[in-house]
Amino acid sequence: MTPLKVSIAASVASLVLLLIVFELIRSRRLRERYALLWLLTGVVLLVLSAWRGGLNTIARWVGVETYPPAILFAVASLFILAVLLHYSTVISKLSDQNSLLAQRLALLEEKLESGG
Amino acid sequence: MSAARRIAIVPALNEEGAIGDVIDEIKAFDASFDVVVIDDGSTDRTTEVARARGAHVLRLPFNLGIGGSVQTGFRYAYENGYRIAVRVDGDGQHDPAQLGKVLDPVLRDEVDICVGSRWLERIEGHRSSASRRIGIRILASTVSLLTRQRVTDPTSGFQALNRKAIALFAADYPHDYPEVEALVMVIRHRLRLREVPVAMRPRAAGRSSIRALSSVYYMVKVMLALFVGSFRRNVVPLEEK
Repeated sequence: MTPLKVSIAASVASLVLLLIVFELIRSRRLRERYALLWLLTGVVLLVLSAWRGGLNTIARWVGVETYPPAILFAVASLFILAVLLHYSTVISKLSDQNSLLAQRLALLEEKLESGG
Repeated sequence: MSAARRIAIVPALNEEGAIGDVIDEIKAFDASFDVVVIDDGSTDRTTEVARARGAHVLRLPFNLGIGGSVQTGFRYAYENGYRIAVRVDGDGQHDPAQLGKVLDPVLRDEVDICVGSRWLERIEGHRSSASRRIGIRILASTVSLLTRQRVTDPTSGFQALNRKAIALFAADYPHDYPEVEALVMVIRHRLRLREVPVAMRPRAAGRSSIRALSSVYYMVKVMLALFVGSFRRNVVPLEEK
């Protein structure tokens, strides 16, 4: 069974994550589009932390008999992996757009210089 | 530039089949309208077709989404001193012949922004699919609740705006799918908003930018934005130069 203290500590940590994400969106430092994965991460971790029966059941399904909270680590790692992968695709897109902008700017500049 | 200082803002993504008629119909409604098409990274001949029909074209170097394109139009309208703007989608869904309905309340200075609604009255016209209607219904009740004003068609992009509303949207406009959040913004800035009944047409060509897979994302994102937005301070609109 998951120790109660672990449950409480993990719930508090998830809540703090959710609050930080909320504040970042509110202050416009994080766009809704890029906050969704973080919010999902926070909600799933919060549910698994607070709902000890559920965590134990999942632990039994995947064969973790001795220490169910290990599932929290596993789930958290999976979500962080997903967020990182997502950001890698976002960075790739941004760098593509960045070169496109630089190229368009260079073409425009040339047009202006050559008296267009 | 036109002396009337009126502009039609037309966002378009791969609409070479529809954009020409849309521009012609706007000119037919009122030839004094300048038309600016925002080409949101089309891979077809949208820009060429629009230029050939006499529209100004702002060609975005890559896809910004509907929010980014429409705001480009508002910035253009703002910087070039237009007093009145209408928004007409480039896909032919909005019938420019009905522009008078949304335009008149703004011209009479009764409202700052007037939105054409498909649901305000039983008017024959294209009413979109059942699932989309349910989504719109949910958004409409949420917006009505947040604004304490009855809103029936919060996703409608068929709108007329005065200078005040243009300045607000030039300064701040929501990302991705903007209309719903924009309505709440309008009310929070104490601009006067009204819906008028219009009929819309089925899309002439091309595809909607909101497809089945992204509609779940759309609902979640908009609800999140509405929720968080209600904890946000107002942005100051651009100052008149």
